[in-house]
Amino acid sequence: MTALVEIEDLTVRFSGERTVHAINGVSLSVAKGEVLALLGESGSGKSVTLKSIMQLLPGRRTQIGGRIRFDGRDVLALKGRALADFRGRDVAMIFQDPSLALDPVYSIGTQIAETVIRHEGVSRVAARSRALDMLKRVRIPSAERRLDNYPHEMSGGMRQRAMIALALACGPRLLLADEPTTALDATVQMQVLLLLRELQQEMDMSVIFVTHDIGVAVEIADRVAVMYAGTIVETGTISQIIKDPRHPYTKGLLAANLHGAVKGSRLDAIPGAPPTLEEPPTSCPFAPRCPSALPVCREARPPLVNRGPGRAVACVLEQEPAI
Amino acid sequence: MTFTTTPASVVIEVPAAPTVSYWAGVWHRLRRDPAALICAAILLALIFSATFAPWLGFADPYTGSMINRLKPIGTEGHILGTDELGRDMLSRLIYGGRLTLFLGITPVVTAFVIGTTLGLIAGYVGGWINALIMRVTDVFFAFPSVLLAIAISGALGAGIVNSLVSLTIVFIPPITRVAESVTASVRKLDYVDAARASGAGNFTIVRVQVLGNVLGPIFVYATSLTSVCMIISAGLSFLGLGVKPPEPEWGLMLNTLRTAIYINPWVAALPGMMIFITSLCLNLLSDGLRSAMNVRQ
Repeated sequence: MTALVEIEDLTVRFSGERTVHAINGVSLSVAKGEVLALLGESGSGKSVTLKSIMQLLPGRRTQIGGRIRFDGRDVLALKGRALADFRGRDVAMIFQDPSLALDPVYSIGTQIAETVIRHEGVSRVAARSRALDMLKRVRIPSAERRLDNYPHEMSGGMRQRAMIALALACGPRLLLADEPTTALDATVQMQVLLLLRELQQEMDMSVIFVTHDIGVAVEIADRVAVMYAGTIVETGTISQIIKDPRHPYTKGLLAANLHGAVKGSRLDAIPGAPPTLEEPPTSCPFAPRCPSALPVCREARPPLVNRGPGRAVACVLEQEPAI
Repeated sequence: MTFTTTPASVVIEVPAAPTVSYWAGVWHRLRRDPAALICAAILLALIFSATFAPWLGFADPYTGSMINRLKPIGTEGHILGTDELGRDMLSRLIYGGRLTLFLGITPVVTAFVIGTTLGLIAGYVGGWINALIMRVTDVFFAFPSVLLAIAISGALGAGIVNSLVSLTIVFIPPITRVAESVTASVRKLDYVDAARASGAGNFTIVRVQVLGNVLGPIFVYATSLTSVCMIISAGLSFLGLGVKPPEPEWGLMLNTLRTAIYINPWVAALPGMMIFITSLCLNLLSDGLRSAMNVRQ
């Protein structure tokens, strides 16, 4: 498997009234046809990572460092027309809240057709039939009539399906999903996840799926990268992460899950709050909350320790003891 | 702790509701608003009679008759009486509607186009361009609209074109401001990001996403400005800064008939009544439109 997307040492800094070091040296790679889940709590930099691939961050206040390669091309160097061609055709994105991400004044069919016309220059009739085809593929019932529906006439699950249809209309090779199931209720969430998984296999896409719900990651992902404070603390296949979490933060996340919680007892939440990131971290960002922190954790950032192919943990505890 | 994956896919069939287009929905809601409907009917009648006045067989609004001066309402041959020069009031009111409505609507339409463009640019681009456009707007905003219109008309001199220009200048700032604030709020919404993520360029986003969502609120606001514009233009004519005699225009007629208020008050009040009814109808209609068009979610 060759890597479709390679992110090397990505740093993102927002300047303004307050400087925020949102991403501090993230390296990732996603292979063709692979689903990678970015897991982490709010503010850990998951969405920022996605948006920097799409260059959707506000240009004036953002400094991006590092390198993002898509199929060998330097994404961060794309500008103007080339960037617009890249967005939507090579990489598509679905958003957290479909009621906000669909334009309220155009029908679903028009919105999908607009994208198809933009990228493939086909006629309105052909674009419309593609839109119908996409609505059928995301299993929207009575697709012919839904084509002329406006977003406010659809349910949340249906809107998210329409959003997926819109994103996949031009057959992107990479799909960026920014918590697409968070705004949906549990049963619809499962339907959407299964649909995404199916479409991903059908179209042989790569997916970067951002979520804070480890249960969702289990359903959809091949591999997981756990993010904390703008860094990746642990990567591995989904079963490695579930069965053998190495980083104390991953362990904490798994322990905080509702499964297996005993009624009446308190949930095992991780104490403390994530750092504010006004300064780039100079020590292990998790050290203040870590139950097994050592003095060395507060002195320098922990190295990323490789433990087999595709498996890495950023923790001093993982280093081979120096003899 | 156990995690399970669900292999089977679940599809629930839901029948689609019959869809109605946006404007069909607006019309449906407007139909149940009697006040707005009556106002729309009155306005349509006014616009119709004003547009087709020369073909409707009314008396010549310019020919007077010295012996028939200031006849009361209900006189044989002059249903609404005659003015101080013996001209038929009905005919003059209808012909006057042409100019008054023209002067009420044209500046708002022009200002709508210019103001929306400026507001879109300011709201979408932001930064120093926004500051430049909005601060200049603020300067115009600092003057009361009537005063500003009088000042500009006074400086340019009386005349229809000059009052059109001055009224347009008066109405650009409020429309720009509304357009700017709506654009700035739309620009931050997810669907603009989503459009960008699907490969839309800036121009496409402004044309499709922003304009599509901004036009409705500005349109409603502009309708409500029409009545204000009509009143100010009538006011300009009243003050002798707009239309010049012998053109029939409601504001000007109000002024020339002012002297006759003791002799024949009802006839003298007619142009004022017309201004009142028209602006009231415009206001109520724009109110109705506002609630009928406000459907998002």
